[in-house]
Order: sequence, then structure tokens, then C-alpha cells
Amino acid sequence: MLLHDDFKRIAAEQPDRSALVVGDREYRYGELCRDVERLAVHLQQAGVGRGARVAVYLRNGAEFVVALFACFECGAVAVPLNPQIKQNKLTYILHEVEPAALIAAAELRPIWSPERDALPGLRTVVQVGRPPRGSPPAGRDSEYEHVLAVAVGAVRNPGTIDQDLAAIIYTSGSTGEPKGVMLTHLNMVTARGAILQYLGIDAADRIYCALPLTFDYGLYQVLMAFAIGASVVLDDGFVYVGDMLARLAGRNCTVFPAIPTMISLMMAGGDLRSQDAAGVRLVTNTAAALSPAHIRYIRRNFPGARLFSMYGLTECKRVSYLPPEELDRRPDSIGRGMPNEEVYLVDDQGRRLPHGSIGELVVRGSHVMRGYWRKQAETDECLRPGSIEGERVLHTGDMFRSDAEGYLYFLGRKDDIIKSRGEKVSPREIEKIVSAHDAVIDVAAVGVPDAVSGEAIRLFIRRAPNSQVGAREILAYCAARMERHMTPREVVFVEALPRTPNGKVDKKALQRGEIAHAGGPASQ
Amino acid sequence: MPADRHRSRTKMTDTRAKIRTFLVDNFLFGPADASLDDDASFLELELVDSTGVIELVSFVEESFGIKVQDNEITRENFDSVARLAHFVESKLPAAVSQPAQS
Repeated sequence: MLLHDDFKRIAAEQPDRSALVVGDREYRYGELCRDVERLAVHLQQAGVGRGARVAVYLRNGAEFVVALFACFECGAVAVPLNPQIKQNKLTYILHEVEPAALIAAAELRPIWSPERDALPGLRTVVQVGRPPRGSPPAGRDSEYEHVLAVAVGAVRNPGTIDQDLAAIIYTSGSTGEPKGVMLTHLNMVTARGAILQYLGIDAADRIYCALPLTFDYGLYQVLMAFAIGASVVLDDGFVYVGDMLARLAGRNCTVFPAIPTMISLMMAGGDLRSQDAAGVRLVTNTAAALSPAHIRYIRRNFPGARLFSMYGLTECKRVSYLPPEELDRRPDSIGRGMPNEEVYLVDDQGRRLPHGSIGELVVRGSHVMRGYWRKQAETDECLRPGSIEGERVLHTGDMFRSDAEGYLYFLGRKDDIIKSRGEKVSPREIEKIVSAHDAVIDVAAVGVPDAVSGEAIRLFIRRAPNSQVGAREILAYCAARMERHMTPREVVFVEALPRTPNGKVDKKALQRGEIAHAGGPASQ
Repeated sequence: MPADRHRSRTKMTDTRAKIRTFLVDNFLFGPADASLDDDASFLELELVDSTGVIELVSFVEESFGIKVQDNEITRENFDSVARLAHFVESKLPAAVSQPAQS
């Protein structure tokens, strides 16, 4: 089975069924499928074939969803890119994936257009929306609306099978370079099916999704809904909680996928009014653990909802969930494995440990990725031989404790990866960017506990002699070069960074606050 | 009552100034004297995110002695200096905030 099979069937059988709500506009399965086919025809006519990569650099919206399914339809590999990605990272990723097509927001044109001529394999650029004032005209780039209006003909069957890649999703790696997680149709269909099964989402459900579709937690809301004929109310982000609540209630949403940051936002305004969440029957959480205060708040304010605590990573999408009835008994557990999946802990030598141990989590199943795109060493580090000849299992790099019944409790990372707003952040990536600043001699980035983001990023910087650069300037420098979730919150200037005996920066000491402060403007 | 009107206009100017100072000090990276248009959208400027909004809510609650409800934390009420000042004024006791058109 392929990822888009069910969507196509539902669109053919029930074209008037509600599929997607964006702003005030409601899209039905039939019309959405028509748009998907037209975009797919355009891509095919431009020469985008089976296995070709298509970079999708868009904000949340119907166009994103159409682009995604058009990729599946023509056998191409969708590469969703966070619209907050700045120039350097975009350049890196585009040169690594060598896309045959780029479907990009016109407003981001100043960032992507310099790249288009440097990509030899690029066959078409489809621009979505209106470019910022003063931008040059689209020229030979196609306009999304125009493509949908003029595309004629039918999509040729590309011959895709479920072993073919459906998507490459970029995530942060400990080396500081982003890694593209390669996922086949089988990987994604497997994860989608398991999640649908344990959550019990059905065709009558309406999912409220304010999570970015470039984040797999957001992406799967659409994939799940479109597999069973449910609908999605899609928002672009979740800054203003009152607007979020108005959508949740006003559009009769029944499923609310949350991350702890969203619950913290709600808590800032006290308890909800009873009508705000009356229709919600399911609240899910992943990306970071809910605190006891979060859990109490959700229970009080979503009285009709079952609450699922979950855990996963892009490399296999989802690993575990805690059945709601276990929440009181094990509030800090992220549960056990999903249907059709095996999970276990291993020691330093890779030996399998019994329940009641501490070790690295290993995941086995058809949802485990094929590897990192063009990064063999990183792939071999993380996908290691399993017990069956030829099989590879996923070593997550996440340390867990298990109880006697196999329920898992997250302890931390094996490496120094930071988890901010549910997304992995590589300290190395931040350090590389900051160390390019003229006034910076030495820098270390560490995660510090934060009530809203899970972890916030704190920079320790040794300045060049005589440099008077302040925290504000450093933060502005970062904001211009990083996605929001990885932008540091604080800067501390130090005389020297503490080092371990083998010369590496001692991040544990920094987290404990063992530093020699420098004069001048400090943190902010 | 021109005196009252004058007082409320001054009040509104104060409210905006207070909000602007907070934003420039806490969110607006760049030169310390950076200006911020009263009608500029925080979202479009990418000035605030979810964490920023929580800080903004605490700031107006503490500085103006008001209580903000979840359903009031909207783009309409919060997304520019002018909007937020107007919202804050509307939450203050009526006698002080009366004719707040400026």
C-alpha cells in the first residue's frame, strides 16, 4: 500500500466529504484531489520522475498538503523544509538533496531564489502566494494558481512500490549538519496505521493541527486524517492561544495534538471557559514530557478527553504511547511500544536488557527509516544489525529506564542534543554559526530547563580581547541565521570555557554554572 | 470634558510607550534605539513567539494590574503596540480609559 492510496479512494467515493479547513476556506476531498492531480501533472510534464526529490518550502496551508500528495502521486520524494530555515542551511540541504522541483513560498523568494541557478537538476520552480513588494517578477518560475488552472491531462502511473522513498525529513544531528531521514511508503504507512489503531481516530473526527507540517507530528495529522476520511483544521502556528481556542471550538474539533508549549500557553491565561474545549475527545502529547501541572490542567480543562502521552523520533516517527488509563499509575512514563513494533533497552555493548533496567532504547519495525540521505557513516551509527540476517534496528541515542512491566521513562540523550519546543537542536550547529561572529573566540551552547520550551538555549561566549559586543547583538545575529526553536535565549560572557581533561568543553560544568564570568554586559 | 479627554489621550500615549519600551528591551534585537511602528504586526515581524506571548501577558498583567483570559490572547488584541494598548485600556477601570480614540 502507498501513502496516498486511501486518500485517492476516499476522494473518488466521497468527493464532497470535508478534508481540510484553512482560514475560512473548507476543502473537500474531491477538489483537493483534483488540485493534487493537476500539480502532479505539472511536475511530471516538467520531468519529475519516480524517486526525484521535490523540496517543499512552505508555511502550513492547503498548498503544502497538495504539494505533498502531488509528490506521492508522481512517485517523487517530498522534502518538507521549515519556512524558518535561513540561507546557509537551505543552501546546504538543497545541494544535498538535489531536488528536481522546488515548491516554495513567494514571500521566501529572497532566500531561495539565489539557489535556483546553482541546482543543475532543478526542472521546475512553483511559487506559492504573492512575493514581497519590490521582488523581481517570477520570470520562468511557475505560479501555483496558474499551474492548477492550466494543467491538463492525466497523471501517468510512475510504478511506485512501497519500498520507494516517500519523504526525506530533515532533523538536527550531533555533528551540527542537518540529516535527511529517508522514509519509504512502507515506513510511513506502518507508523500511520499503528498510531491510528491505538488512538482510535475515526472518520467522524476533526483534528486541530497548529503544528508545522514540516515537523512529523504535524505532518502525520494530515496523513492519518486522509487515510480514513477524517478532516483537519490547519493553522499556521500557535502564538495567540485565544485564536487557537476559537478555532478548536468554532470548528468543532475533536482531536487536539499538543506539545507542552501549547499547554503552557493556555495556562498563562488561567482556566479555559467550559465551551472552549467541550468537543475535544482526544488530547495527545509528544516531543517533551508533560509536567504534573500540565496533566492536571488538561484533565480539568478538557474533561471529555482521553490524554495520550507519547514519544518518538523522526527516524521512525513514533515509538511508544501511554494508555490513558495508565496515566495516574505512571504519570512520568511515555508508555510502551506500539502495535506491530518491538522496543527494548541495550547496554553499552549492545546486549539486550531485561525489564527494570537502564539503557539505550532500540526500536525494531517496518516504520524504521532507511537511513540518512547521503550520510552513510551517520546511518551506520544509528541503524545496526538486528538479530535476523540483513535486518537493521534503530539505536535511538535516547537513554531510558524501564519498570518491571516494561513501561519506559526517559532519562536523557547519549549525546548533547537539546530538545527545544519538541524539536532536536544541535549545540554544534549553533556553535558553528556563532563562532563565525568576529568578536567570538570560543562558544558553547547548552540546554537549560525552561517551563515553556522544555529546554532553552544558553550561550557561553569568550569574546575577542577589547571586544565590547553585547548579548543583544549576539542574539540578533543568531535570530537572523537560525530557526526560531534553535535561537538562543541567553548569553553569558566568560573568561574561559571549562574543559574536561581531554580538552573538550565541559558542558556539564556549564550547566552546573561553574564558570568564570567576564566583565561587561552579561546575560539578558 | 476637554480636560478628561486630554488626560485619557495622555494615558493612551503612556500605555503605548510602556509597551513599546518593554518590547524593545526584551524582544527587539538590534540597536537599542530601534523604533517600532505602533501598527506593525508582531507576528509578521517575527517579534514574538509562544514564549514571548507568555512574557507579554505577564508584563501587561503586572504593569497595568489587569487579568488576561485565554480567549482574550488573540491576534486582534495583542498583535501590535496599538492593538495591545487599546486592549489594555479597555480592561482598565472605565473612569480612566473613557474616550480612548487617538
